[in-house]
Amino acid sequence: MSRPDQDESEGKAERLSGATCPLPLADYPKVLLAHGGGGSLTQRLIEDLFLEQFRNPALEPLHDGARLEIDGAQLAFSTDSFVVRPLIFPGGDIGSLAVHGTVNDLAMCGARPLALSAGFILEEGLPMETLRELTRSMARAARAAGVPLVTGDTKVVDRGKGDGVYINTSGVGAILPSADVRPERARPGDTVLINGPIADHGVAIMSVREGLEFETDLLSDSAALHGLTAALVQRAGEGLHVLRDPTRGGVASALNEVAGQAGVGIRIDEVSIPLREAVRGACEILGLDPLYVANEGKCIAIVDPRLADGALETLRAQPLGRDAAVIGKVVDDHPGRVVMRSRIGGDRVVDVLSGEQLPRIC
Amino acid sequence: MKYVDEYRSEEGARRFLDAIRRVVSRPRVVMEICGGQTHTIVKSGIDRMLPDDVTVVHGPGCPVCVTPLEMIDRALLLARRPEVIFTSFGDMLRVPGSQEDLLSVKAAGGDVRMLYSPLDAVKLAATHPEREVVFFAVGFETTAPANAMAVWQARELGLRNFSVLCSHVLVPPAMQAILGAADNCVEGFLAAGHVCTVMGFHEYEPLAERYRVPIVVTGFEPLDLLQGLHMTLVALEQGRFGVENQYSRAVRREGNPQAQRQLEQVFEVCDRAWRGIGTIPQSGYRLREAFAQFDAERRFDVGGIATKESAECIAGEIMRGRKRPDQCPQFGRECTPERPLGAPMVSNEGACNAYHRYGRGA
Repeated sequence: MSRPDQDESEGKAERLSGATCPLPLADYPKVLLAHGGGGSLTQRLIEDLFLEQFRNPALEPLHDGARLEIDGAQLAFSTDSFVVRPLIFPGGDIGSLAVHGTVNDLAMCGARPLALSAGFILEEGLPMETLRELTRSMARAARAAGVPLVTGDTKVVDRGKGDGVYINTSGVGAILPSADVRPERARPGDTVLINGPIADHGVAIMSVREGLEFETDLLSDSAALHGLTAALVQRAGEGLHVLRDPTRGGVASALNEVAGQAGVGIRIDEVSIPLREAVRGACEILGLDPLYVANEGKCIAIVDPRLADGALETLRAQPLGRDAAVIGKVVDDHPGRVVMRSRIGGDRVVDVLSGEQLPRIC
Repeated sequence: MKYVDEYRSEEGARRFLDAIRRVVSRPRVVMEICGGQTHTIVKSGIDRMLPDDVTVVHGPGCPVCVTPLEMIDRALLLARRPEVIFTSFGDMLRVPGSQEDLLSVKAAGGDVRMLYSPLDAVKLAATHPEREVVFFAVGFETTAPANAMAVWQARELGLRNFSVLCSHVLVPPAMQAILGAADNCVEGFLAAGHVCTVMGFHEYEPLAERYRVPIVVTGFEPLDLLQGLHMTLVALEQGRFGVENQYSRAVRREGNPQAQRQLEQVFEVCDRAWRGIGTIPQSGYRLREAFAQFDAERRFDVGGIATKESAECIAGEIMRGRKRPDQCPQFGRECTPERPLGAPMVSNEGACNAYHRYGRGA
């Protein structure tokens, strides 16, 4: 990294690392869990390490998937790895999630998914019955989505070196002819929509993790969204500017990425963001902000304001969009930042977290 | 959501703000004690909605922030030991010690686990007799009863592998330290509602009397805070002092006698160092002699720690209400949540974290 003011910053660095600074935490000598949390540490890892090494025009937009033009055909290509624990959770499992995750990444490129690959990393000792159940679920999800699993790979690691099973899926899709969805197309005046209540997935997972014993029927929202996004593309065409699935890091991180990439501001309204009562309650108890909690069946759509009503109607006509809502708009002000109007009418910036949210002490 | 929505309505907020505007005749400075209150104020935008004459300053009530550096370093030392399962509330994991934080120790192989209740640490000790389970018992009077209960239970269960690293602090002595300072500018206090749920508010009465200030026991929702502020300002304008209770749905004058009994049985009051502030006499809890076997500081060799505090961090001044986080020259520059110089930048209850996260001073 270049340092603009070498002398001064070196002096400061020396002061800080000598008697005073606890630790330059941004330069962690080891990988932390927070590097995979979807917040600013993840972003920095991607930009400073991966993008720096792999830089090319298809990668550079850092979208959910890459757009490739091959002999005139517009393709989307994406990959995702799944390390969720527990393997089976309320509303889904790692198998169906692995299908939905990559299908959705392709859908967010405005593509129709064509085929998936699956890579399994299995831990020695994993019950065969569990693996059978997971693959059955995976096959069911792929059939329901109408996307075949056409190639795969299996590796087994020593006992204790994995969490039962990790799955990687990759997928290719054909970009729909009238689709042109890219984060940088968000422009002031655009309307921001979402297809339903947020934070279901993350809260469902947390509700069954060790140490938490919620007695609720909180379910993950894990679902394939390509039908819904295809309907949006059909309705709004090029008026559909951005699609984004707010997975890890939640709605807050997804909107911040769009604001940053498009150089626009985004204003959202807390009251208009759909959120189930049980999920809201769980977040209140744990001191978590649902805006940062993961979703696996949600889609943020940013559309030309003239097409907003039509887009909302289209979303609500879809089974996965019945609770769709307009949650905000793109603005000229505060480029690169997301600002939310709170329930009581005050404004606050919705920033990117550095890592995962940590529950508070009291 | 019942008991939440009633305290977040825009109309209610407007009513209190109007009433505050009507009552204030000259500039007033009110301090909220608790970090949870600080976050509500900044997150819901109350600080920006108040009339210019009303300044809220943020007090020392972030348990993570005031935990002394040597205690964090002791925690790190313990967490590095191979036989130890070091357990803590999530909030503590990212707080910088002299060299690193607990998450870094975890990344380097330490067995650091985030828990939601100290009783889970007792369970861990019972199910892992071959390991030493240490719980980081920090916090104000709010978290102390549960920690006392954990130690009590460990003794009942005859556990020999459970201990707590205890750094409990008490609110009234800190308020006295602020009020007794020659340059104090705080005219009235919002006392921390949850602390008073346990301790009641009779112990604030002599303080209010001695320093002739209004102290209003206040809750944590936006309307609680606006009402608490209104009550404080009315008292100031009328020249009244004494203790009033805004949070009557949770707090009684005598508090929770059962919890107090538990505290009395397990802890005794001691002098305690507050990070950034210094030692305040009779301002903390330590384990009674009868529970010495559960004291991690006695169980393990944690002496000989040389701490390195950031010379540029002004956390002490911020926690005494003398400076706002955005008045710190390092705020958002050398000090960010990824690269914190002090604990208030990373704690979920820290004032600097609230200002940074919600875009104050940006």
